[in-house]
Amino acid sequence: MLDEFGDRGRVLAGGQSLFQLMNFRVVKPENLIDINSVIELDYIRSDDGIMAIGARTRQSTLERSREADERVPLMVEAVKNVAHPSVRNRGTVGGSVAYADPASELPAVVLAMDGEVVLSSSRGERVLPAAEFFRGPYTNACSADELLTEVRLPEWPYGTGHAFLEFRRKHGSYALVGCAALVHLDGESVDRVAISLCGVDETPVRAFKAEELVVGNAPSEELFEEAAEAVAPELNPLPDPKGSPEYRRKLAKVFIRRTLDLAVRRAKGERS
Amino acid sequence: MSHRRQISVVVNGTRHEAEVEARKYLAEFLREDLRLVGTHIGCEHGVCGACTVLMDGVSVRSCIVLAAQANEAEIMTVEGLASDGQMHPLQEAFLEKQGLQCGYCTPGMLVRAYELLREDPEPTAEQVREGMSNNLCRCTGYQYIVEAVLLGAERMHNA
Repeated sequence: MLDEFGDRGRVLAGGQSLFQLMNFRVVKPENLIDINSVIELDYIRSDDGIMAIGARTRQSTLERSREADERVPLMVEAVKNVAHPSVRNRGTVGGSVAYADPASELPAVVLAMDGEVVLSSSRGERVLPAAEFFRGPYTNACSADELLTEVRLPEWPYGTGHAFLEFRRKHGSYALVGCAALVHLDGESVDRVAISLCGVDETPVRAFKAEELVVGNAPSEELFEEAAEAVAPELNPLPDPKGSPEYRRKLAKVFIRRTLDLAVRRAKGERS
Repeated sequence: MSHRRQISVVVNGTRHEAEVEARKYLAEFLREDLRLVGTHIGCEHGVCGACTVLMDGVSVRSCIVLAAQANEAEIMTVEGLASDGQMHPLQEAFLEKQGLQCGYCTPGMLVRAYELLREDPEPTAEQVREGMSNNLCRCTGYQYIVEAVLLGAERMHNA
């Protein structure tokens, strides 16, 4: 159907963003292709160290999945920050990732975990790394005839510390800045780390500079401070009424520190 | 593509067969076609929660769900709470605790509170506050709403 309608068709997943845009007349799709009845895309399964989540999986299903909580706890912690329960009851994992809202939680986690998305069309299937999928604000690498069908997250080893924290004005509101982190310790020092941010640029971004500074070192407040300082100047938050770019850079610094701190504490706690 | 859809939906225990415009939202269908005007439409973009109903047992914002999507679903609106002319304990609690001022948000508050207490029959005040943040009250009478939900929980427990 996507093949047939092309640009005149729009995929309807949970509709929790699309219907907002339609009600504001921001988008006026001629045809909606409702994938809610495609229950084959409603699954959470782990295979060979990769957690695969079907695009049509409701956010509330992910939130309550014990398997996801054991294997990709960062994703579960993040999804609890998405809007409110009634929205998560309809909203889907694939929809949130495909929507590519720069302030959105799930895209930041997919990026932090070096996740991949599966794009399917009548031509076949292709797998794209998250870094190539998010192209700009609300813009992804899907062609008009493609449907995002699966999100794949490489699982981190047992004992990894995870944390997702965000700043928002009110419970359930959009994040001004969010930070996702995974930390693995080898003895006293960090041997593997991934950090990403949302709300601070046109797409979710990896904090590579912070990762480079942290890896191989013993975690400390000073180290996190240094890592946060290195990243903040490079961020290009979009100006909007909720917070100036300068304010968001400051928030990013604070949240990189706090998120790393929590992830490290969990890494230590789970190891003992 | 046809712009109309044939749907069959159970609302508060009664099955309805209807033909609806494809673009019609569930909230509009409930209010206009079924005359169940308890479901209120506030913001019309999924933020305020006044239009909250249960769809197959879980709360959704009916202003951002299409009527056509409710085909073969079971819906519970605020009208489904009372039975035989008797108010539901939650409704009694909202009345007693004055958990409403203008009343516009109340239907959504009641449906969300019903879901919340089904998931956790004995929540703390903090959990109620967090759970009810799903819905907005522009009179800002949240304190009494929280008290009403807690009283409702107690009543339902003792019932």
